[in-house]
Amino acid sequence: MKQKISITINGKLRSDEVEPRLLLIHYLREVVGLTGPHIGCETSTCGACTVMLDGKAIKSCTIFAIQASGREVLTIEGLAVNGHLDPLQEAFWNEHALQCGFCTPGMILTAKQLLQDNPSPTEEEIRKGLEGNICRCTGYQHIVNAVKSAAAKAGA
Amino acid sequence: MATTTVKPETLVGKRIRRREDPRLITGTATYVDDIKMPGMHHACIVRSPQAAARIKGLNIKPALDRPGVVAVFTGEDVKDVPSVPCVAQLPGLRQPHHHVLAQDRVYFVGHPVAVVVATDRYIAADAADAVEVDYEELPAVADPEKALAAGAPAIHPQWPDNTAFTFHQEGGDVEKAFREADVIVKQRITSQRLVPNAMETRGVVADWRAAERSLTLYSSSQAPHLLRSLLASIFGIPENRLRVVAPEVGGGFGSKIDIYAEDMLMTFVSQRINKPVKWVESRRENFLCTIHGRGHVDYYELAAKRDGTMLGLKLKIIQDLGAYLQLLTPAIPTLSVLMMPGLYKFKNISADVIGAFTNCVPTDAYRGAGRPEATHGIERMVDILAAELKMDPAELRLKNFPAPDEFPFATATGLAYDSGNYALPLKTALDEVGYADLRREQKQGREQGKLLGIGMSAYGEICAFGPTPATPTGGWESATVKIEPSGKVTIMTGASPHGQGEETTFAQIAADELGVDIDDVVVLHGDTSLVQYGIGTFGSRGTAIGGTALYYALQELKSKIKKFGATLLESDEVSLVGGSVVHEASGKSVSFSKIAAEAYRPMKLPPNTQPGLVATHFWEPPNFTFPFGAHVVVTEVDRDTGQIAIRRYVAVDDCGKLINPLIVSGQVHGGVAQGLGQALWEQAVYDDNGQLLTGEFTDYAIPRAHMMPWIESSHTETPSPVNPLGVKGVGEAGTIGCSPAVVNSVVDALSHLGVRHLDMPLTPEKIWKLIQAGGRA
Amino acid sequence: MIPQEFEYSAPGTLQEALQLIAGGERKVLAGGMSLIPMMKLRLAAPEHVVDLGRVPGLNYITESGGTIRIGATTTHHEIEMAPLVRGRCPLLAEAASRIGDIQVRNRGTIGGSIAHADPAADYPASLLALEGQVRLVSANSDRTVAASDFFLDPFTTAIEPGEIVSEIVLPAEEGSEGYRYEKLAHPASGFAVVGVAARIKKTGGKISFARIGVTGMAAHAFRALNAEKLLEGGATIDEAVATIGEGEEANSDLYASADYRQHLARVHARRAISVALTRAT
Repeated sequence: MKQKISITINGKLRSDEVEPRLLLIHYLREVVGLTGPHIGCETSTCGACTVMLDGKAIKSCTIFAIQASGREVLTIEGLAVNGHLDPLQEAFWNEHALQCGFCTPGMILTAKQLLQDNPSPTEEEIRKGLEGNICRCTGYQHIVNAVKSAAAKAGA
Repeated sequence: MATTTVKPETLVGKRIRRREDPRLITGTATYVDDIKMPGMHHACIVRSPQAAARIKGLNIKPALDRPGVVAVFTGEDVKDVPSVPCVAQLPGLRQPHHHVLAQDRVYFVGHPVAVVVATDRYIAADAADAVEVDYEELPAVADPEKALAAGAPAIHPQWPDNTAFTFHQEGGDVEKAFREADVIVKQRITSQRLVPNAMETRGVVADWRAAERSLTLYSSSQAPHLLRSLLASIFGIPENRLRVVAPEVGGGFGSKIDIYAEDMLMTFVSQRINKPVKWVESRRENFLCTIHGRGHVDYYELAAKRDGTMLGLKLKIIQDLGAYLQLLTPAIPTLSVLMMPGLYKFKNISADVIGAFTNCVPTDAYRGAGRPEATHGIERMVDILAAELKMDPAELRLKNFPAPDEFPFATATGLAYDSGNYALPLKTALDEVGYADLRREQKQGREQGKLLGIGMSAYGEICAFGPTPATPTGGWESATVKIEPSGKVTIMTGASPHGQGEETTFAQIAADELGVDIDDVVVLHGDTSLVQYGIGTFGSRGTAIGGTALYYALQELKSKIKKFGATLLESDEVSLVGGSVVHEASGKSVSFSKIAAEAYRPMKLPPNTQPGLVATHFWEPPNFTFPFGAHVVVTEVDRDTGQIAIRRYVAVDDCGKLINPLIVSGQVHGGVAQGLGQALWEQAVYDDNGQLLTGEFTDYAIPRAHMMPWIESSHTETPSPVNPLGVKGVGEAGTIGCSPAVVNSVVDALSHLGVRHLDMPLTPEKIWKLIQAGGRA
Repeated sequence: MIPQEFEYSAPGTLQEALQLIAGGERKVLAGGMSLIPMMKLRLAAPEHVVDLGRVPGLNYITESGGTIRIGATTTHHEIEMAPLVRGRCPLLAEAASRIGDIQVRNRGTIGGSIAHADPAADYPASLLALEGQVRLVSANSDRTVAASDFFLDPFTTAIEPGEIVSEIVLPAEEGSEGYRYEKLAHPASGFAVVGVAARIKKTGGKISFARIGVTGMAAHAFRALNAEKLLEGGATIDEAVATIGEGEEANSDLYASADYRQHLARVHARRAISVALTRAT
């Protein structure tokens, strides 16, 4: 039986009737029509579906949409403010931290929390902080550079 | 006439951030699963849980009865659909008919048995679960050597020896070389099955329009034109009514060159339901049903003189093919044969390949495709020989390289290596890592029980696939350049990049050649209705062949620009400066934008010249290119646990001229990650019943950020003479150079315990057990 | 990828939740980090899910009189970051920081994790070493079980039908004691191939108190009682750890055979004890 949910997504409140089993990732992609969060696995491993729920990075494939009702979701689409890229988006671009781009939205949002928790992380802390996001293209080195560079800019 | 503005600097060779990134970092790129169409249905595939079984019964009614389900198709419905194609041909090749849905038997776990079509993906998934299949289990065999053994169960009953083909090649006189040798070293070396695991799984949206008799197929493909041609011939749809679009493609690594059963099945379904239909692979399906890579058991024998001069190499490859032949499956081990001498001068080889069927998903091209296996083999054998001769492995390599003045170098396998200075990257990498100091540290450390290893590989690869006679898909590439009346430049490339950055590198080339701002250049690809015929992106060919096609198209346009300029300046004594035309005697010039406008509204046409500025070039390469390089890896082995830590990773690669060093370094890093994955963690493990035991990310270890070392990457630049850009290709280099360097390093760390060889992946328990046994294993 | 249909309840009070759970076959959903993936792979197909996510008063970390209480729906990340846990029960904070990845730690809860009782989960080693207790409540009962009596078998605990974990009760660590959670993470799953939690107190330079919990090695986490006794009796670390896993049947999988796993438990115990010892004052 469908139930009503209300979620603030990228700053806009919306309400829908959903099956309880509808995963947040499917809600965001199929109902809301977003394309930033991606599906890369079904075991809560790859992190491609990462979004922020009330300011914390979570895997949107491992939560039912109904559990997010009444809460705030930020996806990659909502990260740029008034057309200005977030410093992490800018850093990923500058440092060539993406190739095929599939993991990138999740990677950036995980990095966002990483920097919230620890504004000037070491290389090891960055690598550890991103362990929940798989990238098959970059070997992660440019991603590490991007997070470092975004941190340095924020600290400057 | 305006004064010429010449751009102050060229862009080729510069680290320029990518032009494809804005859509990717904002989540607005369109991958297959992002495509929605009015009336679109969703398909879910019922797959076999058995590796070998007879289908005794199939009941689709429980699925059909569910609300929202519009159709269920089974093997019977598709029995007349032609086989999933294999375009690689070898003499005597046995090719089983690869039905898009199983007929009376299944041959591997994941084999498609039925397809459920519904209005929603949740309903489709529920209905697929409701399909009842009654299997009679048959004996399975998942190991290629066991498959070839007498008495093994027949995978395809018509071929009880489970042999799809045998292939023999020789060069020189290998028997003589072995007779004259002082030393012969032998080793069995495996290269385990790997799962490519592009982060975007495969996906297809098929949209058949009956009234137009036309099909549009969106597929996450590396080679959309090839897919179109094959689908057209399979379904009898005229090629000009069949549009294939590879939208944003989330990685491929070879696994998306193939045409898959699902591409065909969705075409079939859309034709039958007369509606668009979408299928997106789950990760589980990706593990089970998308091609795997590698899958070699190799037997090597290397003959040499006591002074280290290598004389000849014998190789027997047992290739695990899986149950079917995908697009290029049988061709992959033949590439290993071509690459078997590595970078070394010896001219005597013999190779035998046996293609073995197994009850597993087919193998095919995965990053490096045959060359990593060959490089791993020869680079391991060189180290084994060095140990036998008690020579330094670097010295042994340097002794056997052809000198820079010996190029083009004819190999024992019939190739002509284009250009090279093979000693340079190796010496550079050894200097960089501090080789002599490390050897001293290793010696001292051993006295305290420390296990430090220094390993190297000197790799070569065959890239830029390739001359057409040697490439089953066709080997040229195409480019069209359109200079619009406003002076904006549109490039359409037949290569279909999916992460390699050609939207940037190609724009760099065009901006330099035409003297325009890079922001005025757009690169389009991946849509067969938009782009002239092309081959695709694989085998490190995008820039070396696609870029060269672009280069020549630009030259054609430049000569036309010059003609228009000459007409406008009323003089033949003009020259091109960037995209502008200059009459040096008078100092008068006409700008690129003026010529662009003039070309579409010419007051006076140059002689024998058509209006417009559009050029298309199809470039057929005269040869492959042969990148090379050296990787040196320092490892520390934890004696207590067998865990391996990488202390240094130094890569010196030579991929010819660099168009964009930032992008090149990304290719190297990513390649190394996949090579390291093979060396240390990744393996598709099938049990004796053909069940894939490592079939999810929770079991199959993909390198994560915290598992990767810092890669110290640099380049030597030996231009390729094969193309005017001097580029060789870099997509696969990191992968090819990596695994032998890592394994050589760990073997080196344990060599004083008597360890001579280790098969991949170097799992800690394997290492620990060896140490426990004092190295003798 | 797609779970089967189920009925969903999100009770607004603990009493309501317990009534629902008492009403028959119900699956309790906390952070969902284990349950939801199993439902997606259709390895679990509960008919009725009761979500504790909206029950107030289950998410807290308090300390009073040397006893720390952590509400069942407190997330791993909250535990890892909480100054109270870091200061007064740092072993648990260290263990929490080693669970999964940040996204999992943001959703996963301590109550959900221990109720699931994966034999390779991280918390159990620490809960045992800390001699913690688990409070279980139902519509008509409220009891507390020692951690050592809680983990019974893989995915099997002392929770009775109708009960849920309501809180974890732990003694505050003494400032002078040393602690360490040492883990070998599986390279794919991130779960503990083995994980060893150690607490050490020193008196006059000698080990006077040792508590060692081991996870990942056997069917359920266990206390290395013999090793503890040996350490407290003045044996060397090597002598003590050599007893770890005796009498336990070690797990075996593709990554680590039983022998290797037992060996790893001992190696990691040695490392955990050594670090704990250096941290003890």
